Amino acid sequence: MTKIELKHSVHKDGFHLELDTYIPSTGVTGVFGESGSGKTTLLRCIAGLEGRQKGSLPIHRRRIGYVFQEPQLFAHLSVRKNIEFGMRRNATADVAAGVSVDKIARLFEVEKLLDRSVHSLSGGEAQRVSIARVLSQSPRLILMDEPLSALDERRRNEVLPYLDRLHVETSVPIIYVSHNIDEICRLSDHLLVLHDGKVVAEGALQETLARIDLPQMAGRNAGAVIEASRKRYDEEFDLTLFDFAGGEIWVAGPYESEKVRLRIDASDVSLCRVAAESTTILNTLPAVIEATAAESASTTLVRLRLGDQALVARITKRSLQHLELRVGDEVFAQIKSVTVRH
Amino acid sequence: MNLAPLLLSIKLASITTVLLIVLGAPLSWWLSHSRSRWQPVVQAIVAMPIVLPPTVLGFYLLIVLGPEGAIGSWWVQLTGDTLTFSFAGLVIASCLYSLPFAVQPMQNAFESLPRKNLEAAWTLGASKLDAFLSVAVPLSLRGFISAAVLSFAHTLGEFGVVLMVGGNIPGETRVVSIAIYDDVETLNYAAAHQLSLTLIVFAFATLFGMFILNRRWQSR
Repeated sequence: MTKIELKHSVHKDGFHLELDTYIPSTGVTGVFGESGSGKTTLLRCIAGLEGRQKGSLPIHRRRIGYVFQEPQLFAHLSVRKNIEFGMRRNATADVAAGVSVDKIARLFEVEKLLDRSVHSLSGGEAQRVSIARVLSQSPRLILMDEPLSALDERRRNEVLPYLDRLHVETSVPIIYVSHNIDEICRLSDHLLVLHDGKVVAEGALQETLARIDLPQMAGRNAGAVIEASRKRYDEEFDLTLFDFAGGEIWVAGPYESEKVRLRIDASDVSLCRVAAESTTILNTLPAVIEATAAESASTTLVRLRLGDQALVARITKRSLQHLELRVGDEVFAQIKSVTVRH
Repeated sequence: MNLAPLLLSIKLASITTVLLIVLGAPLSWWLSHSRSRWQPVVQAIVAMPIVLPPTVLGFYLLIVLGPEGAIGSWWVQLTGDTLTFSFAGLVIASCLYSLPFAVQPMQNAFESLPRKNLEAAWTLGASKLDAFLSVAVPLSLRGFISAAVLSFAHTLGEFGVVLMVGGNIPGETRVVSIAIYDDVETLNYAAAHQLSLTLIVFAFATLFGMFILNRRWQSR
């Protein structure tokens, strides 16, 4: 697998971004970190909008698509002309890629908007058009800078399916910046964690999310993602069974996707030494304790191994001591709640 | 009514306006985006004609554009004509005199462009010049129209600079404001009235048209 090299060094207003790493040249690489960690600066460096070295390729010849927080559509052009903007300026690349406005418009379901003025679009529609516009330039890489953060919950859910689709339908690598762990869990395959302008962790999504030693993966963000496939649907109780190498998980409701990501928050997982016979909890899975890390004065995060997948549990320090839990111990993880991501 | 001075004024104002838009746009762009320490200096120089009495500007232009002056002598070598007391000299003088009225609206329009909008254009494959022409200019159309109307109107109304640099040569430098002055001096009030009233109607119509256009734009 070929890789994309990210090597940037920028000083700006007392902030220092220093980066030298590789990311996969396929799929979505999430860039996660608190605000001020340098996520946006990193994207701007890749695009050439900041810290451009003398002799490096000028911005307009890089063919790197950039999706901003706000759609940044050109107000004097129609939706169609907006989408054509990048296409006309990268004509040779587009012909080779077989790109057309109609094809892209269909992918993002904006065909009906093509002749409208951009003033008449809702926030969600505008952001869809802006993503379509980026795709129309046949980019070699797409950068997304929190494209959903300016939208309210409803609009966000309106755009998210198109991001999933983009992920599935194009082979163009995407770098997706966000401070929202849910978006990261849903969209990315690979994860880069930034802190104060430096990469503090990097790797496959599941493994990096389970890095309980990172302050970025504690608190609200503590949890894991399990990749599972749909096994069967129980009509009587309206439950779907998903399975993965480390076990099986029941989730309420019917699901159509064959492959899903199950997001399990650390606070929804509790541990017991013996499998409880009579419990209302649906999912109890055998697991091995792989690591523990103090999270606060009262709580500890525990990383568990279930087959090839990891799970994170938040327990009190008191319970840790009381149950005498140690690394390598076999325990049972009780899962209270699961969120299904596409 | 002798229409020649009015037509000459309109010709002068039109040429000046076109030149100021074409040459003023890059200057306005630079003024709106430059972080150079020279930016405030250039900004102040551009704004000077607003403050200075037209006679001051006219006086120095007379010297510089005169056959002995830096630009004037070069012009004589090039064309065999003098710049002072000629239509070409009037165009140069008018451009300088009306410069702030062209630059300021364009500069304001460029400053209010969202920078990210331009960055979007660059990342989509537009060079800096391409993005300027295909995004910045059309989005600043209102600033361009204001600049054009103000330059035109201001050139039409100039008197002091023209008198100093151009004099009063019929068909060459005898613009409408000079003609009116001349008519009054020779107590030809009827002719003065005709030209003056025409100008009043023209000025009102122009400004009224611009404000209507502005209002329609705002309500969009």
